[in-house]
Amino acid sequence: MGEDTDATPTLNHRGFLPDHNYVTEADIISTVEFNHTGELLATGDKGGRVVIFQREPESKTEPFSQGEYNVYSTFQSHEPEFDYLKSLEIEEKINKIRWLPQQNAAHFLLSTNDKTIKLWKVSERDKRPEGYNLKDEEGRIKDVSTVTSLQVPVLMPMDLMVEVSPRRVFANAHTYHVNSISVNSDYETYMSADDLRINLWHLDITDRSFNIVDIKPANMEDLTEVITAAEFHPHHCNLFVYSSSKGTLRLCDMREAALCDKHSKLFEEPEDPSARSFFSEIISSVSDVKFSHSGRYLLTRDYLTAKVWDLNMESKPLETYQVHDYLRSKLCSLYENDCIFDKFECAWNGSDSVIMTGAYNNFFRMFDRNTKRDVTLEASRESSKPRAVLKPRRVCAAGGKRRKDDISVDSLDFTKKILHTAWHPNENIIAIAATNNLYIFQDKLNSEMH
Amino acid sequence: MEVTAEAKRIMVVALGKLYSSRSQRGGLRLHRSLLLTMVMKSARDIYHAAQATEDCGVPGSDQRPPTQEESSEPGLQAPLPQEDAVGPLTELHHGAHRRSGAENKENLSPRVRTQSRKRRGKTAAEPDFLPCKKARLEQGLSGPALVLSSVLVDYVNCSSGLAVPPTPLPLHRVVAVC
Repeated sequence: MGEDTDATPTLNHRGFLPDHNYVTEADIISTVEFNHTGELLATGDKGGRVVIFQREPESKTEPFSQGEYNVYSTFQSHEPEFDYLKSLEIEEKINKIRWLPQQNAAHFLLSTNDKTIKLWKVSERDKRPEGYNLKDEEGRIKDVSTVTSLQVPVLMPMDLMVEVSPRRVFANAHTYHVNSISVNSDYETYMSADDLRINLWHLDITDRSFNIVDIKPANMEDLTEVITAAEFHPHHCNLFVYSSSKGTLRLCDMREAALCDKHSKLFEEPEDPSARSFFSEIISSVSDVKFSHSGRYLLTRDYLTAKVWDLNMESKPLETYQVHDYLRSKLCSLYENDCIFDKFECAWNGSDSVIMTGAYNNFFRMFDRNTKRDVTLEASRESSKPRAVLKPRRVCAAGGKRRKDDISVDSLDFTKKILHTAWHPNENIIAIAATNNLYIFQDKLNSEMH
Repeated sequence: MEVTAEAKRIMVVALGKLYSSRSQRGGLRLHRSLLLTMVMKSARDIYHAAQATEDCGVPGSDQRPPTQEESSEPGLQAPLPQEDAVGPLTELHHGAHRRSGAENKENLSPRVRTQSRKRRGKTAAEPDFLPCKKARLEQGLSGPALVLSSVLVDYVNCSSGLAVPPTPLPLHRVVAVC
């Protein structure tokens, strides 16, 4: 490590030093989200910053730069805060970003940390007015006596400038840590969920929200489960789903009651008694839930599996995919090194035929629901030169038959975890967040969904 | 024996994690604390079940209160949720049972907590203390009622600054195992 004797990265030191093998904590990506057209990709990090990437339009003159994502805008969304009443520091880490559907030239997104949600307007400015009567070119006030004629200012082109401004701040509505936000299909409301409550907001009203789910028991001693994720149905503005730490999903209908504590549907798979262990509760906790684009299915992720549920069948999932079952015998070590608490997200492709989720060692997995084939790929600098084809990886159990290029379970790097992934809404383009690096992979052969 | 050793190790690790999560940036994570408590509870249940099958007579609870006070984790209470209150803990016990008179507990709780904190030193955080203490049998606790550590309840009290009504500080037991 040379002359650097301090191995602990400090929060204030920004920048990733390629010579050293540590990562500054503030640069760790904590959320990734494509907008509704896929033209923009937003990432949030632990330092409270949001970076937006824009896809370059395909050009005939430079065929190799077609469809690449470049940085469009960077801004500080949240700052660390201190709650004096409770003597608690509020982290600036961006937990979730959700884009609003585009309604005019500007783009809007919601970003949230543990306590506060903000609505940001991202707009472009590529023209500016020139030819004022009272001001000169540098903006200095002219001497009125020198003005002999009047002119109408004209808009002249200028270098593109991306402006980001906070339009709304939705604060002080959550006692516990916000884990999800979801924009409603009515494009007027959105919800925010913390460990015990879900609030419904109107995008234009910041001083009040409506509590729609409250699972806080009268006596906290009786607490048995918390809300882990929540999402609105993509088409039905009255339906939403929330997942719990007990591995259940609840579909709620806002037309039924003002307070949706009573679910319309409860999705729960009975526990297999033979698989019971000390850690059964931890690994059954659902870390992410996503509606399919069709609205017909739900995708959930728990520690070892990804499951597809049919909204019409509550008794068990339609499909269960083993993400890294080789970890089942290692749960005790994963518990000791805290990895068992990692919250992996999951994603659908645009046609709902393939699901994707992350794993350890910078591996991520994709499962084709139709062909039942799956693939493990790695997001790392060594294995991904630009325009190189990713090679499928395989993890073999310790002591099992080992092929060339296989990696054994014991050699997996558990500090390299892919928690956040996103899939372009229409094309085969995926964004993978590997600690502080963002990888964008495109399937050039099969650009269109099928 | 393997099961009891593993159960004990899991409990020790859970306690360590719960304790260190108090100083974590961003405050206590309710989800994580809940999962840790559940793991600890199931490990404890399994441990006791295994102990019960091994020994016929588990050492009684007569020496419990003084050892409990010294050995518990800083911040984790040493309480009695049930009837057999002993000595200085009588007051705490009565306080814990007056659930309906929630307002009064507000006055009791901080005093209890301050007292407990003053008694404990840093050494109490070491997991070494656990092997020296005797096992205690659970009495009168129903299965489904989840016994949360006071770390969790501290979280609630800390978070109750907003519109949440103050909840009493329930007192929980730290299982000393040997």
